[in-house]
Amino acid sequence: MRKSNQAFLNGVRAEFPLLIGVFPFGMIYGVLALNAGLSKAASQAMSSMVFAGSSQFIAAQLIHESVPGLVIVLTIAVVNLRHLLYSASVAPYLKNLPMSWKHVLAYLLTDETYAVTIINYETNAENPNGHWFFLGAGLALWTTWQVSTAAGIVLGTALPRNWPLDFALPLTFIALVMPALKDRPAVAAALSAGAVALLAYNLPYKLGLIIAALFGILIGMLLESRR
Amino acid sequence: MNIWLVMLLGGLLTFGMRLSFIYLFGRFNMPPVVRRALRFVPPAVLSAIIVPELLLPGGKFDLSFGNYRMLAGLAAILVAWKTRSALLTILTGMAVLLLLEFTF
Repeated sequence: MRKSNQAFLNGVRAEFPLLIGVFPFGMIYGVLALNAGLSKAASQAMSSMVFAGSSQFIAAQLIHESVPGLVIVLTIAVVNLRHLLYSASVAPYLKNLPMSWKHVLAYLLTDETYAVTIINYETNAENPNGHWFFLGAGLALWTTWQVSTAAGIVLGTALPRNWPLDFALPLTFIALVMPALKDRPAVAAALSAGAVALLAYNLPYKLGLIIAALFGILIGMLLESRR
Repeated sequence: MNIWLVMLLGGLLTFGMRLSFIYLFGRFNMPPVVRRALRFVPPAVLSAIIVPELLLPGGKFDLSFGNYRMLAGLAAILVAWKTRSALLTILTGMAVLLLLEFTF
């Protein structure tokens, strides 16, 4: 087998354990997007247009609350800011690739793909086929995300309408936030952002959300720099 | 703004951030202050969404035992903390809310 094919398959294989967690997550997204009032086509399209789990959940929630579009776009951007860090982290390994490769791999740069790809780059720094590994991991995740979204959309139409399914959104966020609360500054960021979100809830255009998030980030940074 | 336009712009911004340093490598380095801020983005943004959902049901502040979303949310927080499982967290929270809503 050619070395590039081998690297591609290794990438798919490395991604596999993560896909087991991603599949139900994608299904829940499909169910919730539909319940938030998005059409089937829009629910499915968001999974390839935005292709970033937590920001898709948040966008669905904000669309459900009829928040103005510009605020939703801004929130998606803030939630996805961490991708700047991933981009900076893999950039040195991709510097000699053609532009077309850089664009494709950038599109596939999600949390889960970054996690396995950066480990591969750091342990096999000399391997010239690292970009094939990246592509394999990224496409495995992309395909799983599209299929699981579709499965969720099918399931979502079958669930009873009077169930408070919108509540699954904050529940998903609770599950997502827990691993990020690693130390005191992170917990302080979460608590202060939550408190400001309560106080600023009635501001127009959901601006309270962005103000609360910025305030939480600031508190976290202040506490961290004191240590 | 149209939903499709929102998704297009949100997607383009996300893609732009993913491409940023891959595209610019060697020409520009991330300011250290931005690097330090990034890890606080998820806890801050997510909590800013969660807390009002639990404590302001229907837009009114409610800390009483009649606030089922708060009770179900607390159960979910406990499960998330103990198990770290997204699926168990969602199932527990939903089950508690359904139980409370359909029982009382």
